Amino acid sequence: MINLQTCDVAVIGAGAAGLAAGAECAARGLSTVIIDREPLAGGILRQCIHNGFGVQYFKEELTGPEYAVRITEAALAAGAELKLDATVSEIKRLPDGAFELLILSAKDGVSRLTARAVLLAMGCRERNRGNIATPGTRPAGVFTAGAAQRLLNMEGMLPGTSAVIVGSGDIGLIMARRLTWCGIPVKAVVEIMPEPSGLPRNVVQCLHDFDIPLYLEHAVTNIFGRERVEGVEAAPLKNGVPQPDQAFRIDCDTVLFSVGLLPENELSCKLGVEINPATGGAIVDETLQTGVPGVFAGGNVLHVHDLADFASAEGKRAANGIVRYLNGGQKPSGCRVTAGANLKYAVPNSFSPGTKTEFSFRPLIACDRAVLEAEQNGSVIWRKDLKFIRPAEMLNIELEAGAGELLFNLRSKE
Amino acid sequence: MYDAAIIGAGVSGVATAWQLSHYELRVALLEQCADVGFGVSKANSGIIHAGFHHPAGSLKAKLEIRGNLMFEKLQYELGFPFRRDGILVVAFSPEEMATVQKLYAQGVANGLRNLEMCGRERLLQLEPKLNHEVVGGFFAPGGGTIEPYRYVFSMVESARKNGLELYCGFKVEHGAFDGKHWTLAAANGKTIQARYVVNAAGLFADEVSRNCGAEDFKITPRKGEEYLLDRESPARPRRVIFPVPTKTSKGVLVIPTAEGTTMIGPTAESTDDKGDVSTSADRMKQIVAQVRQMVDGISARDIITSFAGLRPALETEDFYIELSKKAPNFVQVAGIQSPGLTAAPAIGEYVKDLLRNAGLRLVEKNGDHTLPRRHEIRHETPESLAALHQDDPRWTHVVCRCENISEAEIIEAVRHGHTTLDGIKFYTRAGMGRCQGGFCSARIMMIVSRETGIPMERLTKKGGASHLLAGKLGSMEVK
Repeated sequence: MINLQTCDVAVIGAGAAGLAAGAECAARGLSTVIIDREPLAGGILRQCIHNGFGVQYFKEELTGPEYAVRITEAALAAGAELKLDATVSEIKRLPDGAFELLILSAKDGVSRLTARAVLLAMGCRERNRGNIATPGTRPAGVFTAGAAQRLLNMEGMLPGTSAVIVGSGDIGLIMARRLTWCGIPVKAVVEIMPEPSGLPRNVVQCLHDFDIPLYLEHAVTNIFGRERVEGVEAAPLKNGVPQPDQAFRIDCDTVLFSVGLLPENELSCKLGVEINPATGGAIVDETLQTGVPGVFAGGNVLHVHDLADFASAEGKRAANGIVRYLNGGQKPSGCRVTAGANLKYAVPNSFSPGTKTEFSFRPLIACDRAVLEAEQNGSVIWRKDLKFIRPAEMLNIELEAGAGELLFNLRSKE
Repeated sequence: MYDAAIIGAGVSGVATAWQLSHYELRVALLEQCADVGFGVSKANSGIIHAGFHHPAGSLKAKLEIRGNLMFEKLQYELGFPFRRDGILVVAFSPEEMATVQKLYAQGVANGLRNLEMCGRERLLQLEPKLNHEVVGGFFAPGGGTIEPYRYVFSMVESARKNGLELYCGFKVEHGAFDGKHWTLAAANGKTIQARYVVNAAGLFADEVSRNCGAEDFKITPRKGEEYLLDRESPARPRRVIFPVPTKTSKGVLVIPTAEGTTMIGPTAESTDDKGDVSTSADRMKQIVAQVRQMVDGISARDIITSFAGLRPALETEDFYIELSKKAPNFVQVAGIQSPGLTAAPAIGEYVKDLLRNAGLRLVEKNGDHTLPRRHEIRHETPESLAALHQDDPRWTHVVCRCENISEAEIIEAVRHGHTTLDGIKFYTRAGMGRCQGGFCSARIMMIVSRETGIPMERLTKKGGASHLLAGKLGSMEVK
């Protein structure tokens, strides 16, 4: 038997973004179902047992699980329904503009959920060894940083006895400290870029405080060991090319990869949502609606945030967009937004003239003093001085502009 | 006492065991690894060759063509993934076209009646993903693709259902014939006695032969690196695409795998290390550059994983399948590199006939060799999933999100004896998708531990010392 259910809003993913959005939708009187594959709501926050969460969103410093519980309770209190241990295996748009989701779970079996609007909040997956084609053998002991974090913090299992971390993403940095605390020496963090890719505070608190060597502009060029990892080879990079004559070996039995996150947009693609190659997430207007009417996106599935708080805030904004859409609001006739000099991307990709809009950017440069400018019809209409620009840190601004394409440029003042 | 002992549970040993399981015989299959098919058979291109690559008169050509014809029946009985979508051999210059014509003629001489010479237009019609600079080539509709480990696993499963006894972790170190029977001794001290021995030890067939007092020959590993592309890669072709071959290999191919992904490779490089299955940055660049000449939509960005396999090459470059002239009741099955996967069912028959000629009495058994259809939730309709859920709720508990594999499928793998992470991956595809086990490995480990009682820290990736974890939190001293 296939269960049938209808609702106003189906939220796919019960992480920082999906729960915030679900809470808001439910609070605004919409029947809301939040679906997640995990048996507990909260997404990756559940395995992030360190603190540093919630300062923006809850005005209070919390651990990941505390943040997860807080935001889950808010969603439940607002009246959202949580479907956990449940996987959305198919999704399609019906001729009347509603959506049909096929959901599998051990508890309920097969369910068809019809929703008037969908929020994509599936988050990210980690890039792995295969994605960066690290050469060498294929022994046990190679993990993504997040997979090792889950094993350690949720299952209580130690991934190895000595480690090298490839890449300096935040999860990798957090794991460097976590492993050290567990008695697993971290021999090195190896980063191909000249700057760490994680947040500066994590570099200080997780590496410097524990004297863990950080090799910038270095690559792991080989993995050794036939059954279990026995070591890696690292080499400095010159113009992006590893220098074999300066390569050195580091013995370890564990290699963690923390080499970036990829938005999980497989379901979005099934709906025909157009993806922005710069973010890996959907192309959206200022209400966070994708190109498919009724489909919204927020959080890491839209673009990779550096704080869970920002993902929640974005989820809440998407919820506002959904409320507007379900109340018959017209799709905004947007003006285009373009990321110009020194910016990897801008979100959203369009805005409505005369409406206050929140924009997010990812800088491509590192500098201590910079200016962000908005250009329209050939002249600068807005500017803001910024301090301490790092690619690891997202820029968020609010701006109301008139009609015309908006071009953002980030310029160093050094 | 066994009637026959087969050394090596790779595709040729397993195909032999499967053939013998049709007769009233007691057969032992001895494998040094933790699971079957874990050597040469798991790491290759998974091609069912069409019969034009090897000259008439060679054992390779004979068994390849015979084997090729057996796949529909095998698939019907055993249910492994197999697609006969055809092979294209493509040329990009008049010189290459000359080789194409020679290959075509060789195929015709081998008795192939369905080869089709193609000009550019016809090739692009057959395969729109081809680089438009293609000059010509031919189409071999009899070629196809297979999931090699599934093929090996299913033959073992069927043979075991019919009495085959499997010993994993049995590395034959010594064999002696006492005039009546063989005694095979393993590294772990165990021994097995059998009247006949089949040496199908793959890369190690030369060592086994020597340790049993049979012929002296040398297997030279020839490494092939392969790269797997994301399921959504826009470059996935409809058919297997071959370049014109070189002296030592059939070239670097573009392979639409039987399970819907795309693979590129293999390289061909001799090595003297039978354990070296490492990949290298240079080879990856070389492969990508070579396949992009054939299918320009391929991108290194779509690579999700890589692996290398070793071909057990003999100097003669032909299969070596015959009764030993030195050791009694001992059959050599060596040098089974490409097209070994295709030829394997015919190799099994051929070895069976050699054993019969050597005096093994074959009495047909009234067995059932067909395997029940396996449920895989990625192929089920919502209605049949709902019915499966009624039987066992774990059918609708999705464990591997990328390849859509349920907990019930993982449990089936465990119940069929696959308890390593790689064994479960090959049996179910869990962990084979784009996240490469990032999300599901921990879940799978917990299921295996629960089902087998093996503690988490004793679970391995592929047997031996390939432990996945170091221990429980709190079990290590902080230095």
